[in-house]
Amino acid sequence: MLLEVRDLHVEFRTREGIAKAVNGVTYSVDEGETLAVLGESGSGKSVTAQAVMGILDTPPGRITGGRILFQGRDLLTLKEDERRKVRGARMAMVFQDALSALNPVLTVGDQLAEMFTVHRGASRKDARAKAVELMDRVRIPAARERAGQYPHQFSGGMRQRIMIAMAMALEPALIIADEPTTALDVTVQAQVMELLAELRRELRMGLVLITHDLGVVADVADRIAVMYAGRIVETAPVHDLYRAPAHPYTQGLLDSIPRLDRKGRELYAISGLPPSLTAIPTGCPFHPRCPRARDVCRTDDPPLYEVSADRRSACHFWRETLRKEPLDAPR
Amino acid sequence: MGRYVVRRLLQMIPVFIGTTLLIFLMVYALGDPVAALFGDKAPDPATAARIREDLHLDEPLWKQYLLYMGAIFRGDFGTAFNGQRVTELMATAFPVTLRLTLVAVVIEIVVGITLGVVSGLKRGRPLDTGLLVVTLVVISVPTFVSGYLLQFLLGVKWGWVSPSVSSDARLDELILPGVVLALVSLAYVTRLSRTSIAENTRADYVRTAIAKGLPRHRVITRHLLRNSLIPVVTFIGADVGALMGGAIVTERIFNIHGVGYQLYQGILRNNSPTVVGFVTILVIVFLVANLLVDLLYAVLDPRIRYA
Amino acid sequence: MPEPYEKGPYEKGPYENPREAIAPTGAGGAMDLAMSEAETLDKRETEPTGEEGTPPGPGGRPRSLWTDAWHQLRRNPVFLVSSLLIAFLVLIAIWPQVLTDADPLRCDLAKSQEGSEPGHPFGYDTQGCDVYARTVHGARASITVGIAATLGAALLGSLLGGLAGFFGGWGDALLSRTADVFFGIPVVLGGLVFLSVVTSTTVWPVVGFIVLLGWPQIARIARGSVITAAQHDYVQAARSLGAGSGRLLLRHVAPNAVAPVIVVATIALGTYIALEATLSFLGVGLRPPTVSWGIDISNAAPQIRNAPHMLLWPAGALSLTVLAFIMLGDAVRDALDPKLR
Repeated sequence: MLLEVRDLHVEFRTREGIAKAVNGVTYSVDEGETLAVLGESGSGKSVTAQAVMGILDTPPGRITGGRILFQGRDLLTLKEDERRKVRGARMAMVFQDALSALNPVLTVGDQLAEMFTVHRGASRKDARAKAVELMDRVRIPAARERAGQYPHQFSGGMRQRIMIAMAMALEPALIIADEPTTALDVTVQAQVMELLAELRRELRMGLVLITHDLGVVADVADRIAVMYAGRIVETAPVHDLYRAPAHPYTQGLLDSIPRLDRKGRELYAISGLPPSLTAIPTGCPFHPRCPRARDVCRTDDPPLYEVSADRRSACHFWRETLRKEPLDAPR
Repeated sequence: MGRYVVRRLLQMIPVFIGTTLLIFLMVYALGDPVAALFGDKAPDPATAARIREDLHLDEPLWKQYLLYMGAIFRGDFGTAFNGQRVTELMATAFPVTLRLTLVAVVIEIVVGITLGVVSGLKRGRPLDTGLLVVTLVVISVPTFVSGYLLQFLLGVKWGWVSPSVSSDARLDELILPGVVLALVSLAYVTRLSRTSIAENTRADYVRTAIAKGLPRHRVITRHLLRNSLIPVVTFIGADVGALMGGAIVTERIFNIHGVGYQLYQGILRNNSPTVVGFVTILVIVFLVANLLVDLLYAVLDPRIRYA
Repeated sequence: MPEPYEKGPYEKGPYENPREAIAPTGAGGAMDLAMSEAETLDKRETEPTGEEGTPPGPGGRPRSLWTDAWHQLRRNPVFLVSSLLIAFLVLIAIWPQVLTDADPLRCDLAKSQEGSEPGHPFGYDTQGCDVYARTVHGARASITVGIAATLGAALLGSLLGGLAGFFGGWGDALLSRTADVFFGIPVVLGGLVFLSVVTSTTVWPVVGFIVLLGWPQIARIARGSVITAAQHDYVQAARSLGAGSGRLLLRHVAPNAVAPVIVVATIALGTYIALEATLSFLGVGLRPPTVSWGIDISNAAPQIRNAPHMLLWPAGALSLTVLAFIMLGDAVRDALDPKLR
């Protein structure tokens, strides 16, 4: 297994009290596998990724429990200097907004070359040549000339390509992409996603794709982990999940996608709002919004039930959900 | 870049005219230089008339202003009433004030930025909170108060430095006056760099730099400082002009015969050519400093350079 | 909607600098402090929020900026201390008799430069006047100048700056250039030149001068925050619904633009008091018989070796007063600027 996150807990100290951003998240990514982590903002998907990368803001954030195993080593027990050598070289991250994620006062060439000088001890000249090579590889036209330009001189799509080039630079084993296309035009989104998938295949990298966009997931992911209120509520191979979700929240997400074959009918929306992370409801955190909730959901926090060999669901009534049984009691 | 410079230069012209005109009007329209020259004695009408004519005081004000400005651009700042050329006064006074300002700016840069960076990196810790309070207090104590206090404590009571400055105004004598002059700006530089650092530590590009696996010192020096210090550097640049104008209080406390001293004498004696001449030069320094800062800004921040 | 991502961070980044021809630095550090801190306020609502790192607050009733700020202020010790201090200063400015019955103008040369004695805790100055009485009575001049000059500069500045920002066009250009002219004059120098020809012994020429050089700073802030506020969607919506300019400005823009002006004005009040004292110290501000800390400090300075108490008491009072207002401004800024908490 390339990456295993086990029972991870992350808290943030805020003015309103302790916000429990991640509450026992467990997921794993195999070599060459793409895992999509799906969830609304505030579900803890980015915080989990930041904890894995080791770029969590501490304080206010704090990892209060769990393990992060990467290539067999627990990253949380590594010394900061060893941890640093893993970052960028063996696992890398693609951020959502390349414009703010790239340093505005350094040329993109310098920012790419830095990877080689710092991690590989390359000379400035070699590093520079490698940077141009990388830009070529992510199909930036006139790479040699553009390497001397600053981030704001590139279009959104080109900037995201540079971001990807930077992540790929040292051919890491794992890439974490945090909403890599959200900030882009729809027309550019597909191109960037395709580039990412293609490079992943070529370099046989594992990919954790964080997104709230179900459309993106279907095309590129092997497996999906759905997050809600800082925990995983369902994991499944992507096609199984689309065919028959085993958690009412996943069901709700799928139902709220506009579909041509249901044109004219009212669009489904999950009622209510996600809970505040400073006051997560007892029992199943989804119960206040769940159409299937019963008394047991208000008191007992559901474990991750084994639905099948490669599927899990954190719902007491996953069978009913999976079989799409009609809702018995009107709520 | 070239067009940017030209535009800035063009924008300076009306400001220069407006500012000098305002000063000119204040000095010439509000006071009577000739009467002041003679003090309590009744001026001899013939002499008074001659002086009025020399200074074009009998012309309408706008014409006086034009004649005066015309003379200035030929390098003629007129004569002080004691017969000395104003340019001679300037030649002795400006180097002194320039040295004083230099000392102050160096102190501002070294101490202010260091404290600010340390404070910003330790945001929220006791050191940071303490420094914030101290800077507020320093900003609140007017220069003439801190000047006398430091002069009294360091110069008189403990005898660490000489409490007044000789007429050569050597650099080592100017350290204490430099500190006094710099003090308020220093506190401000500290706060400014602290805020800037603290804001930028959370910037996305810093997170990227960490995610790239760069060592901490490289993240700070190459990524964080470079960005954070842009506003600080531009502030300090603009402050050079302001410090020269504000040196008048410090120079009075330490009895330094610089620009402030000459100006003060000029004002006390209603010596219009001295006052207007010195102030005009200070305004020019101020404007040029601001222009340079704008250019510096463009050099430091590519987003402006290529805008 | 890709647009905001394309522009957002660069336009509103930390170096956002709609620099005019002249930087606002003529008035010394504290004024710069006021300016820059108000500028961060301007950017308040454009900061990205809802990052996962800062989880959303409880889904309770949304509080307005002002009630929220007030809740925050009431718990801030800096605010409590500074406002108590200011209340006290205002009190003794109005009724100095509360603290002393001694007449600050009745002096006894026989007691020249003597130290403290019962009933006269701060001792006597060179003329033999009671330093305690003069320190207490000095509050009036400082507070009067501070408040009057701030009111004047704030009213004039926010009126001109607000109108210029809202209507734009040639009026705006004219205002910006005019403001630049005033920024070009070093404050203390301007004061020396302007006030040295005035012979009045009241506080009003000093107030007038401070307003004259102070309004452009407030105008610049007001202009900026009005422009920011006017770009908000609800203002555009109101405009598209046919709301008149006057109504738009008063009902929708002004309430949202006023916060930075208040912050600058509060900090400026402190700096104006310091400026008055500096001018009085240089002999061109207030004149005797007005009792002023600046004058007293100036008179005491040559005697600092023999009788430091003459300088320390008024200097302490002056610094404390300035500090109180700057701290108040700082606390108000913190309360109005949620992102810095």
